[in-house]
Amino acid sequence: MDAASAKLIGAGLAAIALAGVGVGIGNIFATLVSSIARNPAARDQVFGIGILGFALTEAVALYALLISFLLLFTF
Amino acid sequence: MASGSGPLEQFTIERLIPLHLGPIDISYTNSALFMTIVVVASTALLVLATSRAALVPGRLQSVAELAYEFVAGMVRENVGTEGMEFFPLIFSIFMFVLLGNLIGLVPYTFTFTGQIVVTFALAIFVFLLVTVVAFIRHGIHFFTFFFPKGAPIVMAPILVPIEIISYLSRPVSLGIRLFANMMAGHTMMAVFAGFTVTLGLFGFLPLAVNVALYGLEFIVAALQAYVFTILSCLYLRDAIHLH
Repeated sequence: MDAASAKLIGAGLAAIALAGVGVGIGNIFATLVSSIARNPAARDQVFGIGILGFALTEAVALYALLISFLLLFTF
Repeated sequence: MASGSGPLEQFTIERLIPLHLGPIDISYTNSALFMTIVVVASTALLVLATSRAALVPGRLQSVAELAYEFVAGMVRENVGTEGMEFFPLIFSIFMFVLLGNLIGLVPYTFTFTGQIVVTFALAIFVFLLVTVVAFIRHGIHFFTFFFPKGAPIVMAPILVPIEIISYLSRPVSLGIRLFANMMAGHTMMAVFAGFTVTLGLFGFLPLAVNVALYGLEFIVAALQAYVFTILSCLYLRDAIHLH
């Protein structure tokens, strides 16, 4: 297998990590909705932490994307 | 990745005013131009807003007060009142990252926060500052930070290296998070824009996706500025309060 095809396959494999991120983000917002439903008064406090959690989880998605891009364009 | 073709072409650095200090290239680039614009814009906003400070604020003053109160609340809540001496730094970081992200959304501009060297420089500056502050406050006692209270002492040989590695990975993750978010967003928009052109008649479909992506990018711009700032506050809290 030559290097160019290996790079493309590697980039595709790196994108599989995004599945875990999808589960994580779904989990955060499911818990967020459920906790606001249980206690609507806590909405402002919980929302801020929920958005912070979402951004940190999204960062992991972008690390995987970064590896994919590195494989495609720099190596 | 400095100059690619297609969707990555928007990230190429162009020298606007070539300058050399001996062998070192210190040209004024398009990246530097937009950093200057952002700094001038945020300074102008705050200076003009408070030039005729009224007790009941007008529109411009309200904007400046909103930004101030948002960041001040964040610092007070996460670092405490002794953290307010770091407020100018945190506020500058917030405005720089926020306006940098937002100005990249204007067509034909350059997103300097989408350059790894810029975000990594900011992140490592915050990291070094926080570490120095911790050493000044706690001296050698700082190293107890790596051994969480209440953990059994037998776990120390495993726990301490893990804690040290996770501490050292903070600037890396902080810088890459902002860089990757900005680069990924802009690259996706460029890719869908390319589809719009190549599909011809059915080009309105990728165009609709691009419009939605643009909205998402506005949210991401503000969110990433908020996350960078709040993580800096949390690292500062760890440094000042240890544990």
